Amino acid sequence: MTTLIKPPPALDERVGRRSMVANLLGRPEIGALVGAIVLFIFFSIVAPVFLQANSFATVLYGSSTIGIMAVGVALLMIGGEFDLSAGVAVISSALTASLFSWYFSTNVWIGVGLALVVSLTIGFVNGWILMKTKLPSFIVTLATFLMLTGLNLALTRLIGGSVATPSIATMDGFASAQAVFSNDFIIAGVDIKSPVFIWIILVAITSWLLLRTRVGNWIFAVGGDANAARAVGVPVRWTKIGLFMGVGFCGWVLGMHNLFAFDAVQSGEGIGNEFLYIIAAVIGGCLLTGGYGSAIGGAIGAFIFGMANKGIVYAQWNPDWFKFFLGLMLLLATIVNLIVKRRADSK
Amino acid sequence: MASNDMTSNETAKHGPGGAGTGAHGAGPDIDQETLLQHEKDTLTHTPVHLMELEAVGKHYGNIIALTEVTMAVDMGRVTCVLGDNGAGKSTLIKIIAGLHQHDEGTFKIMGEERRLGSPREALDAGIAAVYQDLAVVGLMPIWRNFFLGSEITIGRGPFRRLDVKRMKEVTKSELAQMGIDLRDVEQPVGQLSGGERQCVAIARAVHFGAKALILDEPTAALGVKQSGVVLRYILQARDRGLGVIFITHNPHHAYPVGDRFLLLKRGKSIGYYDKKDITLEELTAQMAGGAELAELAHELEAMGGHGELVDQVQAEVAETTGQTPR
Ligand SMILES: Nc1ncnc2c1ncn2[C@@H]1O[C@H](COP(=O)(O)OP(=O)(O)O)[C@@H](O)[C@H]1O
Ligand SMILES: [Mg+2]
Repeated sequence: MTTLIKPPPALDERVGRRSMVANLLGRPEIGALVGAIVLFIFFSIVAPVFLQANSFATVLYGSSTIGIMAVGVALLMIGGEFDLSAGVAVISSALTASLFSWYFSTNVWIGVGLALVVSLTIGFVNGWILMKTKLPSFIVTLATFLMLTGLNLALTRLIGGSVATPSIATMDGFASAQAVFSNDFIIAGVDIKSPVFIWIILVAITSWLLLRTRVGNWIFAVGGDANAARAVGVPVRWTKIGLFMGVGFCGWVLGMHNLFAFDAVQSGEGIGNEFLYIIAAVIGGCLLTGGYGSAIGGAIGAFIFGMANKGIVYAQWNPDWFKFFLGLMLLLATIVNLIVKRRADSK
Repeated sequence: MASNDMTSNETAKHGPGGAGTGAHGAGPDIDQETLLQHEKDTLTHTPVHLMELEAVGKHYGNIIALTEVTMAVDMGRVTCVLGDNGAGKSTLIKIIAGLHQHDEGTFKIMGEERRLGSPREALDAGIAAVYQDLAVVGLMPIWRNFFLGSEITIGRGPFRRLDVKRMKEVTKSELAQMGIDLRDVEQPVGQLSGGERQCVAIARAVHFGAKALILDEPTAALGVKQSGVVLRYILQARDRGLGVIFITHNPHHAYPVGDRFLLLKRGKSIGYYDKKDITLEELTAQMAGGAELAELAHELEAMGGHGELVDQVQAEVAETTGQTPR
């Protein structure tokens, strides 16, 4: 066990030399990358405004509001689970922060802190019920989705007396919280909003986490084959619960942005957004069955979403076309993923 | 390493009688000794077994999957568990590997009574299992699979990260030592053949200082040649001083590599033999149940069944009972 006989550093003759291109083609996010480039060129042609720095910053901003969530959702999907409550949980977090601060007239940072606790708890509860009952996450999170939807509406009306929360703009800590969650950074005359930076940082951290840490190894394993993972000592339960809490954390970040971009929250929002996050992750190469995907892929998926969303506006088309585009991109990117993966595997 | 501590413990427990029996698993130079020990030991004379089951039973709800099973596992020995489908073989090893807990009897590791709550606990006790249905994660590269759950890291605190380069090197060299020549450790395990996959799992268990290796029907889905390869790794693991539990329903695979044989049928032990006390023919006969086979041949004939099939069954009856066909 102690003496390791070093084999000759042989390049096995059975391994055809894989070129850089072949390696790139083996990546999960290749389909999304191709799709993103095609879409970028397409909109650059049909809507030249698209290429201006300010428009591009707007596209990035639109992408980040999906992308922040897509990070957590992509990791969760690699870990083999879904979260249908992710869309409304964002609003639950924002509602918690604003209603708590308003009702108790506290510094808004206290509300922000409480919202983080609530978001992580929602994630924990999702994961815990899943691991306890062994029900599919589709069912468990569908239930929490419905419950949260109801709670958002009912509690907001009960506490604030309306479907939207009262404004918290004049409260202590609002300005500093806004400076963190919804700031405008003017760089070389271009207005870039803080979620864009938060998004990029999140993607960088999770990519590293996924590919270079033990936890990352476990995430792939619990999604690929939970029984095999458990048998070699991977803490399957905690990995999955942690992934749901990760989605909760991302929901908190986005929820705080939603709150501080204005000063109030509509309690009925967020429904349906969970599918946008899942779509971004799937376009980005995450397998629906788990065990395969990347954080970067989710980011590119979100970027495709942002481009299609804003590009249609810049091209001065009717926004009705947007959903069609999104569906088409989903289909194309996943087909490209499939083809590329098959070809890469057969080489 | 923890395994070394355990090994020296074991030496101490062996006391004067088992001179030096414990120091196995440290390197290839031990092989001779292990083999010698073979000749001396019998089922009953080893003072402390690596693992020992006594009258172990297990039921799932009202289904009794296992009753009154007694067996022992020693270092440098192969204990074979034989039985037909549903005999309780997988249940037995799941108890030993910490996936399920027994309801009756005692299970001792190094002479100490234990009840393993999780696979992690079993691994910490030096027991590694290679399951028939859950060996590896197909989509993950070989090296990630090899180290899954026991990854090598560098750095501290939030900057603790995988030592990818070292893990790849170790994977390659460990597999080479087991005589497994793999193309590329970045390859997803799912692309390997069934036999290669089993071998990766075996090499992994050996590398992580397992003292006991459990193999659940590793040859069941394999062709003749691949089965031979896996059987060779079983012997290699034995020669490295591991106690091996080899589960199979094929006596022709079990007999050449086994030192002891436990026969299960419908959750009950129908025999427990040292190799010197049983021949391959006897083992096969016990397994198949010679009388049942003869009956089957009659039935098929009575039904006016296909001649070829009847001949085949009769030939098998002849083989298992040592008689010539009529
Ligand atoms: N989790 C379980 N729940 C209920 N019954 C089980 C379970 N696992 C195994 N059994 C039953 O226990 C018996 C022994 O099964 P098993 O140990 O898998 O047999 P083998 O591996 O020898 O084919 C079978 O009758 C099987 O149906
Ligand atoms: Mg079985």
